[in-house]
Amino acid sequence: MKKGKALLEVKGLRVAVAGNEILKGVDLTIRDGEVHAIMGPNGSGKSTLAQVLAGHPAYTVLAGTAQYEGKDLLDMKPEERARAGVFLAFQYPVEVRGITNSYFLRSALNALRRERGEPELDPIDFLQVLEAKLKSIGWDDSMMNRPVNEGFSGGEKKRNEILQLAVLEPRLAILDETDSGLDIDALRTVAEAVNQLRNPKRAFLIVTHYQRLLNYITPDVVHVLADGRIVRSGGPELAQELEAKGYDWLRDGVMVS
Amino acid sequence: MTSIEAHVQQPYKYGFVTDIESEVVPAGLSEDVIRLISGKKGEPEWMLDWRLKAYRNWLKMQEPHWPNVKYGPIDYQAISYYAAPKQQPKLDSLDQVDPKLVATFEKLGIPIEEQKRLTGVAVDAVFDSVSVATTFQAELAKYGVIFCPISQAIREHPDLVQQYIGTVVPYNDNFFAALNSAVFTDGSFVYVPNGVRCPLELSTYFRINASSTGQFERTLIIAEEGSYVSYLEGCSAPMRDENQLHAAVVELVALDRATIKYSTIQNWYPGDEEGRGGIYNFVTKRGKCAGTNSKISWTQVETGSAITWKYPGCILQGDNSIGEFYSVAVTSHRQQADTGTKMIHLGRNTRSTIVSKGISAGRGQNTYRGLVKIMKGAEGARNYSQCDSMLIGDKCGAHTFPYIDVRNSTAIMEHEASTSKIGEDQIFYLRQRGLSAEDAVSMIVNGFCKEVFKELPMEFAVEATRLLGISLEGSVG
Repeated sequence: MKKGKALLEVKGLRVAVAGNEILKGVDLTIRDGEVHAIMGPNGSGKSTLAQVLAGHPAYTVLAGTAQYEGKDLLDMKPEERARAGVFLAFQYPVEVRGITNSYFLRSALNALRRERGEPELDPIDFLQVLEAKLKSIGWDDSMMNRPVNEGFSGGEKKRNEILQLAVLEPRLAILDETDSGLDIDALRTVAEAVNQLRNPKRAFLIVTHYQRLLNYITPDVVHVLADGRIVRSGGPELAQELEAKGYDWLRDGVMVS
Repeated sequence: MTSIEAHVQQPYKYGFVTDIESEVVPAGLSEDVIRLISGKKGEPEWMLDWRLKAYRNWLKMQEPHWPNVKYGPIDYQAISYYAAPKQQPKLDSLDQVDPKLVATFEKLGIPIEEQKRLTGVAVDAVFDSVSVATTFQAELAKYGVIFCPISQAIREHPDLVQQYIGTVVPYNDNFFAALNSAVFTDGSFVYVPNGVRCPLELSTYFRINASSTGQFERTLIIAEEGSYVSYLEGCSAPMRDENQLHAAVVELVALDRATIKYSTIQNWYPGDEEGRGGIYNFVTKRGKCAGTNSKISWTQVETGSAITWKYPGCILQGDNSIGEFYSVAVTSHRQQADTGTKMIHLGRNTRSTIVSKGISAGRGQNTYRGLVKIMKGAEGARNYSQCDSMLIGDKCGAHTFPYIDVRNSTAIMEHEASTSKIGEDQIFYLRQRGLSAEDAVSMIVNGFCKEVFKELPMEFAVEATRLLGISLEGSVG
């Protein structure tokens, strides 16, 4: 297989939160069109990696670089990263009272369109964009008139993240434990939606604790993150190995190596 | 300082001073000053007597210190109680208004010239102690609606004024109401006759300009049987290091089946970041649902003032009458607000709704204080109260003091309260979707206030939304 251009290149990334070093030197290269999975035990730094790539202000970069489309990603504000095509599907999506899902998503899409020099969409044009995307996650537009994530079940919140992903069409989609809290049907819907969104111009970084999401989304590369470092990388078979053996053997491996 | 705090602070937009020659009565309060004010307004004897009665009562009253606000002593003898631009406008023609005043109001977004007027809104423009122009008076008169400065009403409609003034807020109601009753200068008078739906939004804009003065306006609105009126007040003042006192009284009377909708967008100068200067906004507002099936609805968006002390309330006297209070109060920097409502249920099947949204940022202190009183005869009375507080940053405060006094066992009371904090996570979520930090804050705050904003007349909802964005700019951390 011919390898695409490097979309994201992370080198020696060390990150602390509240004074604790969580990532202790991460190297990661994601090319156009690739799907990478990051797996690892709780506390290994998976979510930190997702958050820091999206620019969460609570995380301090101690060392290392991250180039996105050849630009210094770490120097960009969160909204600049978003407008450049970096999307994070949150593990815990936030509620926004009094603002409808539809208004929120249209505002977000228009912020991206402004950046690209495209005309903003009015509510009617937006509805047309939305219709097909809603279908892909099995929703009708009743969910769009509810306040953002307010009163949504865990599964509905995750679907909403995938809907946003589908509408905003990022170049790099980071999914932070999108599978947690989903029942099997929801998991399948979400996975199918993600598979539909796979294309040679879009890369995915899927952060997950369990292998089960990867039964439906076959990654190109699987990385194992343990204690702030990527300790192993491999093909999809690595995920299955982890599922069978758990993470403990890896931890031991780290200690002896 | 976080990235959000680092945003450029937008200065108070209305802080300019109009350079105009004013007649300012020397500072100090005495019976002579009251006679002088009454004389300048050409008032009848009964009005002066009422003022003097109020003054003599006030002398025996104590300034209240129960509100949850802190400020130094006020020297009532250091305040000038009357200031007016020297060239007095002739009220029968707007062409006579000093061009400087026209320009001032235009700058404030309140055009009073005929060709520039807002359509659908009649405006009374009050500058310091006098009304300088009232638009659409003649058009309203065709419907029998009286909309004029209260000083004009005292001269031209004395019977109506005498019948109603002080019937909702008595001259000795409280310290600041008594002071106002003694020295009030201008404000608006509205009378809507039987069965008339007022065809225009009525609006008064209050501008403080002169220094070392207080503004003491008084507004009286009477809605006769089966009538409807929607009224909105706005205000602003120059930026000064001194504190200026604004002690207003508003009285509303709704007779059988009448509806009064009263909206306020309060944007007095709030003082600077360190809490220097700003208006002391000590106001008494009360409506009486005197008739059966009458309704009074208060909506307020309070973003200005160094200190706000006001409790727009309803006396629900008529059976089946309805009182409503929708409030957004924002305290930023070192602003303090102690505001809420009083709903007094007297009649049977009276209903009241309270929706209060307090937003605190910077070192702001925001207190909701509300009284719901169900009297013995108020069979079947209902109240629903909802008090939500939002905190932005960790140096501000939100406080809630609901007082409930129920003397009829058939009453149904509901009270909901919540406190939330705009956190970095919430803002980050919106920024991750491409919104700027300012747009993110504005979206969160507007969503929080939505239930109140939807009560505002369309023409002003946009203004309120914008105002909120400005007063919170740079305050998120």
